[in-house]
Amino acid sequence: MLAKRIIPCLDVKDGQTVKGTNFVDLRQAGDPVELGKAYSNMGADELVYLDITASHEGRKTFTELVGRVAANINIPFTVGGGINELEDVDRMLSAGADKVSINSAALRRPEFVDEIAFRFGSQVCVVAIDAKFTDGTWKCYVNGGRIETDRNLFDWAKEVNERGAGEILFTSMNHDGVKTGYANEALAELSDLLSIPVIASGGAGKKEHFRDAFTLGKADAALAASVFHFGVIQIPELKLYLKNEGINIRI
Amino acid sequence: MQVAIVKYNAGNIFSVVHALNRLGINPIITDDAEQFSKADKILFPGQGHALTTMTYIREHQLDRVIRELKQPVLGICVGQQLMCSHSEEGDVDCLGIFDVDVKKFNPTRHTDKVPHMGWNSLTHMKGDLYKGLPDESFVYFVHSFYVPVCQWTVAESAYIQPFSASLQKDNFYATQFHPEKSGSIGEQILKNFLDL
Repeated sequence: MLAKRIIPCLDVKDGQTVKGTNFVDLRQAGDPVELGKAYSNMGADELVYLDITASHEGRKTFTELVGRVAANINIPFTVGGGINELEDVDRMLSAGADKVSINSAALRRPEFVDEIAFRFGSQVCVVAIDAKFTDGTWKCYVNGGRIETDRNLFDWAKEVNERGAGEILFTSMNHDGVKTGYANEALAELSDLLSIPVIASGGAGKKEHFRDAFTLGKADAALAASVFHFGVIQIPELKLYLKNEGINIRI
Repeated sequence: MQVAIVKYNAGNIFSVVHALNRLGINPIITDDAEQFSKADKILFPGQGHALTTMTYIREHQLDRVIRELKQPVLGICVGQQLMCSHSEEGDVDCLGIFDVDVKKFNPTRHTDKVPHMGWNSLTHMKGDLYKGLPDESFVYFVHSFYVPVCQWTVAESAYIQPFSASLQKDNFYATQFHPEKSGSIGEQILKNFLDL
């Protein structure tokens, strides 16, 4: 049976791993390759590396990092951040990434999803959606959660599904960094609506939250950062717990 | 040991190169029959579309070269599919090493998403490739087409229905999953292949 996936996310700035709380207040948490290798050895099913560097030089550093990750790590990994053109996708895949995650670029130009799917295949195209629940609706945000758009989460997710996205990485901005659990209701609605896997992101604080994302939220994978980076949750222990809870997990 | 990787128009062979490097092997990437004859082992990896890859392989006369290889050959992902008789992906005749046809997954429930992507477990494992591996070992898959269980099946997995996770006939080995992305289990499978 296909296993539910546990995915540590590593935010990278100038070659170093960082993680913010509610997208601000960054803290240092280790060397990206070493950290990724450690997670892989602990049983992480995939890794996500997000480049949060804005500068051109930072981009170059990140591409080199992707190459080092590919050489050293034997599980699949996704890269995201600053991917705006097909050339960026090509560069990341050529450096050894298995998938790319796109966010703002897709909202600005939705055809970008079709183009990636056509040229490289749907399986490499992860569409990340940052959304916030306000006044009874889920609105999508761009630029790392700084700018609100008029797009509704569910309409947008359905659209990118149809355009050829391979997976949706949904981050609830209401839940991110708060550690009170994932946005399970919205996740379940996405899972029922879409024909592609949904990755839950934002809100993990304890083991039960992962279980709930898989059961209540019907998510195919759950992503987290700080609980792993700071050792609040150990991946081997988490996976044993989930297995005992009856969830199909790779041990 | 000399290891050659078949050069054709399929994507993502870098991860296979990296995986071999981690095992201390520096493979050559070639489409030259002369080079193949010098290699101890040959890998035929790749992601891509069956029709476009088969067209390329025929145009470059690689079909005959691959079929006539005598040393151990390992097809990975699309590599496994291309080693079969025919594929529904582009309705194309393939290399015909394994006398079985490649089918498209047909989801029966909403939760059965295609492509089949992620970690799934192996059962009914037999033969040299799976030496020392426990039943229910998890490996990483990404595919929309599958090879049904047949007389050449040496490992099964199940998604929508049971299918061939791996095939073997004489010196030809194949995996639908990506050993190069399957953690320590995948590494063991590659090692087992190199030890043949």
